[in-house]
Amino acid sequence: MAEHYKPVKYKAWEMTLKERFQEFYPPLSEREAITEANRCLYCYDAPCLTACPTHIDIPTFIKKIATGNVKGSAKTILESNLMGATCARVCPVQELCEGACVLNDEHKPIAIGRLQRYATDYAIQRDFKFFKKGKPNGKKVAVIGAGPAGLSCAGELAKQGFDVTCYEKKPLAGGLDTYGIVVFREPIEVSLREVKMIEDLGVNIKTNVEIGKDIKLEELVDQYDAVFISIGLGAVPQMEIPGENIPGVLDGLEFIEETKTMPLDQIKFGKRVAVIGAGNTAIDAATISRRLGAERVMMVYRRSEAEMPAYHFEYEFALGEGVSFMFLTQPIAVIGDKQVEGLKCVRMDLGEPDASGRRAPVPIPNSEFVIDCDMVIKAIGQKKYTGFMDALAKLGIGSVKGYIKIDLKTNRTDHPKIFAGGDCVRSQGEASTVMAVQDGKIAAQAITAQLVGEAAKKQPVSASVR
Amino acid sequence: MANLEIDFCGIKSPNPFWLASAPPSNSAYQVQKAFEQGWGGAVWKTIGAPVLNVCNRYGTIDYKGSKIIGLNNVELISDRPLEVNLKEIAETKRNFPNHAVIASVMVESTKQAWQDIVKRVEETGADGFELNFGCPHGMSERGMGAAMGQVPEYTCMVTEWVMDVATKPVIVKLTPNVTDIVQPARAAVKGRASAVSLINTINSIIGVDLDTFEIRPNVGGKGGHGGYAGPAVKPIALHLLSAVASDPEIQKAKMPISGMGGVETWRDALEFILLGATSVQVCTAVMHYGFRIVEDMIDGLSNWMDERGYTSIDQLIGKSVHRISSFGDFDLGFQTVARVDPAKCIQCNLCFIACNDAAHQCIDMKDLKFKGEPNERPYPVVREEDCVGCDLCSTVCPVDDCISMVEINTGRPHITWNELVKTKPEVLEWDSMEEYRKHAKIHIH
Ligand SMILES: Cc1cc2nc3c(=O)[nH]c(=O)nc-3n(C[C@H](O)[C@H](O)[C@H](O)COP(=O)(O)OP(=O)(O)OC[C@H]3O[C@@H](n4cnc5c(N)ncnc54)[C@H](O)[C@@H]3O)c2cc1C
Ligand SMILES: Cc1cc2nc3c(=O)[nH]c(=O)nc-3n(C[C@H](O)[C@H](O)[C@H](O)COP(=O)(O)O)c2cc1C
Ligand code: SF4
Repeated sequence: MAEHYKPVKYKAWEMTLKERFQEFYPPLSEREAITEANRCLYCYDAPCLTACPTHIDIPTFIKKIATGNVKGSAKTILESNLMGATCARVCPVQELCEGACVLNDEHKPIAIGRLQRYATDYAIQRDFKFFKKGKPNGKKVAVIGAGPAGLSCAGELAKQGFDVTCYEKKPLAGGLDTYGIVVFREPIEVSLREVKMIEDLGVNIKTNVEIGKDIKLEELVDQYDAVFISIGLGAVPQMEIPGENIPGVLDGLEFIEETKTMPLDQIKFGKRVAVIGAGNTAIDAATISRRLGAERVMMVYRRSEAEMPAYHFEYEFALGEGVSFMFLTQPIAVIGDKQVEGLKCVRMDLGEPDASGRRAPVPIPNSEFVIDCDMVIKAIGQKKYTGFMDALAKLGIGSVKGYIKIDLKTNRTDHPKIFAGGDCVRSQGEASTVMAVQDGKIAAQAITAQLVGEAAKKQPVSASVR
Repeated sequence: MANLEIDFCGIKSPNPFWLASAPPSNSAYQVQKAFEQGWGGAVWKTIGAPVLNVCNRYGTIDYKGSKIIGLNNVELISDRPLEVNLKEIAETKRNFPNHAVIASVMVESTKQAWQDIVKRVEETGADGFELNFGCPHGMSERGMGAAMGQVPEYTCMVTEWVMDVATKPVIVKLTPNVTDIVQPARAAVKGRASAVSLINTINSIIGVDLDTFEIRPNVGGKGGHGGYAGPAVKPIALHLLSAVASDPEIQKAKMPISGMGGVETWRDALEFILLGATSVQVCTAVMHYGFRIVEDMIDGLSNWMDERGYTSIDQLIGKSVHRISSFGDFDLGFQTVARVDPAKCIQCNLCFIACNDAAHQCIDMKDLKFKGEPNERPYPVVREEDCVGCDLCSTVCPVDDCISMVEINTGRPHITWNELVKTKPEVLEWDSMEEYRKHAKIHIH
């Protein structure tokens, strides 16, 4: 049965709280999907396929939607990317596949992300199982951290017959896909179903186990034939400004996590919220605040629009949600006694380029002012796990700018048994789910080649003919 | 996964998908590449008489933004030397022993020429022959191709010449450019052919350039009829296939049929199989997208079969043939009316204007106040007592499942036209027809 056109309410203030946290883009109806799929030219040597870090065979999966072979379409996607349902929702497609679509010049690009969601949702709703655990090859691998990098690596290894145990310190697996992606981009169920799919492949996921605390890293290295480290990054760092610990100052990641795991009406939010930072987390925290009911949300960023790390489409989305931006503004103190009352800032100018190559912000003397607010959310990046890095250094593993150093072709660290991937190795390039998935895949291939040999190594990366 | 293997009068193929004799099967390079990508067989581009080709040999119809819904060509048979083709056919068969390699042949109409080429092809190890009695242009003017296929006696004669010397299965490829395709098909049976294939291309002219008045395709200022193929010809091909597949004489001969004409996806292929084809050939879709389309043909067909519990192609071949009937045997008492679902209706009113201008004026625009919104536009509502159930409105409706044709029981007698004229021959006069209608509660306004 086809789905039908449903009227969409675009204005947040016309929606109930629950509606505001539904997925922002409604699913494509069957007709929409087929019409869009038929618009795809089915390019040969298509640039979208190259632009996708996991090299999903995009023209093939779209063609399969057009011919009504939606099951085959989902399989084509998942063969290259086990987290295809998440990536369909969270990938910055404008920068990746859709940005590379040849129709950008001609017309408008194909809605690849939404078609991918259509196919993967179809498979999830029907509970198709595409992959099986491989014939046991007698080798054991430990995966530390069950985010997209860890899950992808674990799943690919299980398909090859490895006995995989995945250790996760949180109560739920999925990493930031579970806890960090705002619900109106990805409901938590989507991530948890992917976790289930990996478990169905025979991967043993042990939650509430922190490596380095509950179990020593060295023990794993001794007990397993290989270890894959995918611990991501930690909490939001201190801003090192006065007043930072006053009640009402929140960690952006924790705030987002609440919207994923708590009943929406129990989440505390400010009437006037200042969000510090201008990356993905900051945008997410700001838009969530608006959707929870905050009347004014200001993003405070010490550099200008040109330097902000958020994608342009995120910026546009936030503007559309009624978030206002204060660029060239540096917070210098949180004001308040028992509760946040304001954020003291100083205005900035752009000076000479700094180490990051971006023009450095310099304070304008005597330009201090106070933003009236009752909540401050800090979203200025994520800390690196320094303790863990120290443990790795003891094993002779090097680092780059606080990230784990790896060989890019194999994701192997300086230690022959230890591999790593995801945000904890992302010293360059965009930290994103799809890059994490690809790291997991590369490491799984390298581990297979190293422990089982060349013959079994290659995973299908494009359409395979049976 | 379902087993897609087929046995086509002794020719084994890993799946029913074959390249049709055409540019995609022109050389060893192409055919072997196609096999590597999953094609189960190939009918080699027709070899035989020496020819010369022209440029601008294709013309296409694009329809509302979609490219190539139909493709016309004035290409002839292979223009590569016969020796080269024979060598490459042999090499291909050697490299792909489990795939179907079939040589399409066409020579001038002498017994000697046909029997010579058959013997030479047999030396290549090819699995069988396809006799090209269908090429509608260029070759037919030279007394070959369609000129053979359009005269059943010639079809039979040449088939017999070939059968006298061939040791491998022989497929007769039929032309659609005839009044009744069953006649040449029966001629193939009479000539002892092992199988038939259809359709070759349909006579056509693609269009006229409104600036220059030139014909498309335009060969240096001139044009002429060429062969039409591609998605647009599929309904015609399905009809001709079903006519052959449901003919008692063909059925008695138990001849396998290779179907083609407009196949682009596994769904198209499945329709051909359900109407009696054992293998399905493809040309235009490969010319448009390349060999890679076969991956979804295999995957889509086997997923469909798995979902429905079919395990082999044999279980599907000809499954719809028994439903092929004719007007005289349709149930005149089968009655449907259209029903519009206001919950799905987007109020484009295409159904209203179609019924009003081109059917029976039985859709009204009514203020249903369905959503209860202010200024709500009226909805199309079918006056069921006047609806003749013609199905036009539901075919123009752009929304899936919005207008359904609902079967109703009006107490009309379930009788066919043939039965009616047998029992009441008087209905062939208008007066009695009117009387019968009154009696049978058939109202026409
Ligand atoms: C707010 C926010 C929004 C984002 N939005 C997007 C987006 O829209 N699109 C996009 O592509 N990317 C987005 N990202 C980035 C993306 O989420 C990450 O790049 C991706 O999750 C990295 O995957 P990972 O597996 O490396 O790490 P993570 O997802 O962080 O997973 C690491 C896992 O390891 C666990 N762990 C850590 N230490 C230990 C230990 N010692 N023992 C056991 N387990 C441990 C953690 O609990 C966690 O579950 C966003 C990130 C944030 C913070
Ligand atoms: C360019 C072109 C060349 C063809 N050449 C031959 C040929 O040499 N011999 C032959 O038997 N059929 C030939 N055909 C007909 C095809 O084999 C096939 O019967 C027809 O194209 C219908 O299939 P389609 O709709 O998949 O293209 C040709 C068709 C095209 C389009
Ligand atoms: S398809 Fe190839 S051979 Fe034909 S006109 Fe184009 S370039 Fe020339």
